Amino acid sequence: MDAIRITSPLDAKTVRELTVGTPVLISGVIYTARDAAHQRLIEALDNRERLPFPIKGQTIYYTGPSPARPGRIIGSAGPTTSSRMDMYTPRLLAAGMRAMIGKGNRSPEVREAIQKYKAVYFVAIGGAGALLAQSIKKVEVIAYEDLGTEAIHLLTVENFPAIVANDIYGEDLFEQGKAKYRRE
Amino acid sequence: MRLIASKLREIKARDIAETVAQLCQRANFELNEDVLAALKQAQQTEESPLGKEVLRQLVENAQIAGRKNLPLCQDCGTAVVFLEIGQDAHVIDGDLYEAVNEGVRQGYTQGYLRKSMVSQPFSARKNTKDNTPPIIHTEIVPGDRIRVICLPKGAGSENMSRLAMLRPGDGREGIIDLVVRAVDEAGANPCPPLIIGVGIGATAEGVMLLAKKALLRPVGKPNPDPEVAELEKEILGRVNNLGIGPLGLGGSTTALAVHAEVWPTHIACLPVGINLQCHSARHKEARL
Repeated sequence: MDAIRITSPLDAKTVRELTVGTPVLISGVIYTARDAAHQRLIEALDNRERLPFPIKGQTIYYTGPSPARPGRIIGSAGPTTSSRMDMYTPRLLAAGMRAMIGKGNRSPEVREAIQKYKAVYFVAIGGAGALLAQSIKKVEVIAYEDLGTEAIHLLTVENFPAIVANDIYGEDLFEQGKAKYRRE
Repeated sequence: MRLIASKLREIKARDIAETVAQLCQRANFELNEDVLAALKQAQQTEESPLGKEVLRQLVENAQIAGRKNLPLCQDCGTAVVFLEIGQDAHVIDGDLYEAVNEGVRQGYTQGYLRKSMVSQPFSARKNTKDNTPPIIHTEIVPGDRIRVICLPKGAGSENMSRLAMLRPGDGREGIIDLVVRAVDEAGANPCPPLIIGVGIGATAEGVMLLAKKALLRPVGKPNPDPEVAELEKEILGRVNNLGIGPLGLGGSTTALAVHAEVWPTHIACLPVGINLQCHSARHKEARL
């Protein structure tokens, strides 16, 4: 199947058109956040503080890049396991986050929240950090710099490859794929 | 016992540090030929078109990483270091463990590898900033040399490890069911296609080390004991029927290989350890 080109932040119409299994090439801006940054975002929400970036409509990429060599902007930057973020995700979706990129499947609560808040979850290829870094064109640390690799980075990407794994229609790529190829 | 006067061979701590530094970097940049060959082979046999495409991209990723000295995966792992120390080797000019620590420190810094180690694991979780400390396993062997193996182990797969103290009556079937269930429940998280390290026997801590060591075997090389090799083959077949596939997106390649290592155990025990290795199966070794 040919990949469709989409722009992040995603608009509501694009999200409606995305169905499980569709390969996409994402261009635009995405924010990185993994375990430690999520913890701080949730703390900020708990304390009714402003988040370090306006999350409404935005895409979060679960990654902790390796350091850039001199003359380069980033090292390797593949996805980390999304399920570790499941405990925080419904709160961020409620706050307006529209898309996530990671690896592996999500909890039933996250899948429900994805449907409820009309969001989308993409998977990128885990362990292909060198390949995926080629689509990253600009990097800027915008919050929690003390967290190092876990800081929130604003990435500008061009044709970043991913696949729709959970859509607003409640479908799940992992369940579908497994059912199709499982042999008893 | 006949006494043989043996001469000690001296090995400088600094050379051990340098070797570890090099191995950490090479392991993170260059995928071993056996892993690459297994990924290419799987591309031929994988039934899912999406799975085939994922495998193709993993081979491409390895090519880019090797060419640009970029880590294969941004998770450059916990540095697990195996030392097989000849009983006639004598480390001079420094402390052995400090030399390994220094090697990891240098390797992860000079190689622009990600530092993922945090200090106190359940509260402070402060990054040590140089990926130390490594996990060091030593073994005393005959000879006067030191074999150093670096295995950077990613957390996605490490988090899916298992230890089970089965009852002796659970037997062979119990082992197979346990491994297949562990892989099934792990699903996409450990980044399949996997190399499945299985330890059988020994004690609780011993069996986990067997499982880890099993990952060092060339991919798909069967255990020399035909009965164990048969078990490996059966588990591999069962696991690849699960349908999980490359990166869990569905397919017939959930594992590239099952490597089992066995050890004698107590009359009351049947310990089984499972250590899953993601497709980025990285390890390099040298002999000093």
